[in-house]
Amino acid sequence: MSVLGADDEGPLYVSSKKVYPQKVTGPFRRMKWMILIACLGVYYFLPFLRWDRGPNLPNQAVLADLPNRRFYFFFIELWPQEVYYFTGLLVIASLTLFLMNALAGRIWCGYLCPQTVWTDLFLAVERFFEGDRRERMKRDDAPWPLPWDTMKRKIAKHFVWLMIAWWTGGAWVLYFADAPTLVKDLATFKAPIAAYLWIFILTFTTYTLAGIMREQVCVYMCPWPRIQAALTDDHALNVTYRYDRGEPRMSVKEAAKVKLAGDRAGDCIDCHQCVAVCPTGIDIREGANLSCIQCSLCIDACDNIMEKIGRPKGLIAYDTDGNCKARIAGEKPVYKPIRARTLIYVAIISIVGGAMLYQLATRATAGIAVMHERTPLFIRLSDGSLRNAYTIRLSNKRPDDRPFALTVHGVPGAEITVPEASPTADFRPIVVVKPDTTREVRAFVTVPKDVPLEKSQDIVITASDLFAGEVVRAKDHFMAP
Amino acid sequence: MSQHAAHEPEKVDAATGQTIRSHEWDGITELNTPLPRWWINIFYATIIWSIGYWIVYPSWPLFSDYARGAFGYASRLEVQADLDGLKAVRAKQAAGLEKASLEDIAKNPDLRRVALAAGRTAFGDNCAPCHGQGGAGAPGYPNLNDDDWLWGGKLADIHLTLENGIRAAGNDKTRMGMMAAFGRDGVLKPDEVRMVSNHVRQLAQLPTEKTYDAAKGAAIFKEHCASCHGEDGKGSLEFGAPNLTDAIWLFGNGIEQIVETVTNGRQGVMPAWTGRLDPITIKALTVYVHSLGGGK
Repeated sequence: MSVLGADDEGPLYVSSKKVYPQKVTGPFRRMKWMILIACLGVYYFLPFLRWDRGPNLPNQAVLADLPNRRFYFFFIELWPQEVYYFTGLLVIASLTLFLMNALAGRIWCGYLCPQTVWTDLFLAVERFFEGDRRERMKRDDAPWPLPWDTMKRKIAKHFVWLMIAWWTGGAWVLYFADAPTLVKDLATFKAPIAAYLWIFILTFTTYTLAGIMREQVCVYMCPWPRIQAALTDDHALNVTYRYDRGEPRMSVKEAAKVKLAGDRAGDCIDCHQCVAVCPTGIDIREGANLSCIQCSLCIDACDNIMEKIGRPKGLIAYDTDGNCKARIAGEKPVYKPIRARTLIYVAIISIVGGAMLYQLATRATAGIAVMHERTPLFIRLSDGSLRNAYTIRLSNKRPDDRPFALTVHGVPGAEITVPEASPTADFRPIVVVKPDTTREVRAFVTVPKDVPLEKSQDIVITASDLFAGEVVRAKDHFMAP
Repeated sequence: MSQHAAHEPEKVDAATGQTIRSHEWDGITELNTPLPRWWINIFYATIIWSIGYWIVYPSWPLFSDYARGAFGYASRLEVQADLDGLKAVRAKQAAGLEKASLEDIAKNPDLRRVALAAGRTAFGDNCAPCHGQGGAGAPGYPNLNDDDWLWGGKLADIHLTLENGIRAAGNDKTRMGMMAAFGRDGVLKPDEVRMVSNHVRQLAQLPTEKTYDAAKGAAIFKEHCASCHGEDGKGSLEFGAPNLTDAIWLFGNGIEQIVETVTNGRQGVMPAWTGRLDPITIKALTVYVHSLGGGK
C-alpha cells in the first residue's frame, strides 16, 4: 500500500503510518554510505579549511562574511554587486538536476539530497539502538507504558539524534565567521547571540525533519517530485520493477509446479523484501510512484533474494516502463541516454558555465561608477569655462592600497580635477583607495570657453591603476547651456 | 425541514472517511469535520498567553489613564531611548566640530564627513530658498559653485559672511558695499549711464553699441566706478565689488541690465546667521559651501 492512496475508492486523507525500513546490504547501500560520508564530511569540516589570501583578508576557504559584505570561496572573492554569479550557479544547479533526472530519474533524491542523507544517518542511529525492522515494530507495538529497556533505548536514540542535529547547526554558523575563533567563542559563551539562535533553529529543523518527519518531507513537503513528474520522459531510467519478468508472482515451490505444467511463472516470489527496506514505505511493484525517492535499496534487497534462490539478479533495476512493455511484446528494449533532451541540458549547462568561467577569469579587480550632479547641471566659471561636477566611486577588490589616476576623454580641452586628491606631475588627479574597499570622491570636469559645446556630450572617465596597470572606464555626459 | 435522529448508527462518507452528522435538510447532509485537536489546543494556548500580555504590556483603558503593564513598557519610551542615543552620538560629533578649526575639519576625513552631512541638511533648510538646491544660485543670488567670490571664498571668508551676513540690518560686523544708484540720484545723466554701461561691457570683451565712445566711457568709469571696481574693473574683495571683466554676472550682462544696475544700484542682502543658527551648524555650513565649488 503506497503512502499516497492509489485506489480511487479510498479516503482522500490517509494518516501517516510509521515506516520501519529494514537493514539491507549490497552495492547500492555501500555507495550510499560512501556518498553520505563524503557529503557530511564536506559539510562538517569545510569551514576549517584554510586558504591564504594575504594579510588583509580572512584565511578561511569558504566564508560568507556578512558584516563586511564579502563572500569568499577559495580563490574567488565576491562583492554584493556580483551576486549574479549565484544566479548562474542556481541555473547550472537546476539544469544539472534536470539532466540527472533525464538520465536516471531522482538521483538527487536517492543519494544526494540533505533530507535523504541525514534521514539515512538518523535511521542508522535508530537501528543501532532499537534494532532492525521487526524488533522496532515489536517494541512500538507494546502497550503503554513501554518497558524500561525500550524507553532507555529510545532516550539514547533521541539524545544521539539531538547531538547530530546540534552539530549540524553548529557547522552551519561556522560558514559565517572565522571557524576556529567562533568554536572557541561558542564554547566560552562569548559568541554573538545570533550564532546560538541559528544553532538552535538548525538543531530543531534537523531533528524534526530527519528524525521525526523523514519520508513525509519527500512525499508532502517537497515540490521536486511534482516538478520531476512533469519533466520526465519515456527514456529516463527509473528504479523499475520488471513486471515482464516478475509476474505472475508465486512461491518457488509453486513456480516449479507451474513450470512443470508448462505454464509461465514469474520470478517475483512475493517475499516483500523490497517493501521492508523501503525508506518511504512503498511497494515498488505498483509502478512509478510520487513517493519513490529512487534510493535503489530495493534493488539491493531483491538482488540478495534472487542470489539466494538462484535466479538472475536485476528483477528490480534501473530501467523504463517502456522497455518492460517492449519485452512483453517481444521487442528489443531501447536505452537512449543521448537524446535531444539530454543534449540540450548539457549544451545549456556548458554555455552558462562557460560564460561564468569567462566572466570570472576576466573579472576586473577595480571598479568605477560615475554619477553626474544635477543641482546645478553646469557652472560657468569666471574665465568663461564650463564646469560639471561628478560623484565618482572607485572600488578596489585587491588586498593592497591602489592609486588610481583619473582622466577624461570625449571633449577637447576637458580637464578633470579632484579637490581632495593630490595631482601627479602630469596633472592627473590621483585617488588612493584602501584595500578591499570603495572610495567616493567629488570630481570636476572643466572645458575651456572657446570649445563649441552641445547641450549634452558624451564623455568617458577613466581610472588607471598606477601600479598594476588595470584600467576601468565609465561613460557619462558633460552638460552645457 | 430538519430531522433530528440521534440514535441512528453513525454513517461514514465514502470519499472522505468522515462521519456524517445526523442533520439532514432536504437530502443534504453535513460532514462531521471538527477543527483538528492540535489547532484548538493552540487556540486555547494563545488565549492563556494573551493574559500574560495584559500583565506585561499596556492593555486596558481606564477612566483617565490605562493599565501600564507590570514593567512600565511603552513603545514610545523605546523611541525616546533611540532618540537620546542618537543625540549622544551627535553630541560627540558636534563636540569634534566645535573644537577643530575650519581647516582641520576640511582636512580630517571623519570631521569632514560629519560637517558635509550636517551642512547639506542645514543648507537645504536655510540657504536653498535663495541660493537654490546645491547652491546653483539665481539672478541676484550668487552661485556658490563657481570660482567668483564677492567677499572671498576662503573658509574664514565664508564663515565671516555666514556669521554676519552682507548688508544685514542690525549687525555691527556685517560687511557693507554700496553700488550707488548713479542714475536715480542724478550723479550721472541717462546718456552717461549708457556710455559707462557700454564701457563695462567693453571691459568684459562684450560687443558695445555704436554710440559708445571709448574715451568718454573710460573717463566716467575712472571718476565714478574705479574707486571700488578698480581702474582695470577687476573688482575688490574689500568692498564686495564684483570683477567686471570675467564671465560671471550676478545681475546679468545685457546692456539694459547693466544700465538698470548703474541707474538704480544693487544692494543684495545676505542675512546674518549668528543667533539664528548655532555656531556648530555655521561651521558645518562653511565647510559644505566651501566644498561645493572648491572655494578659493
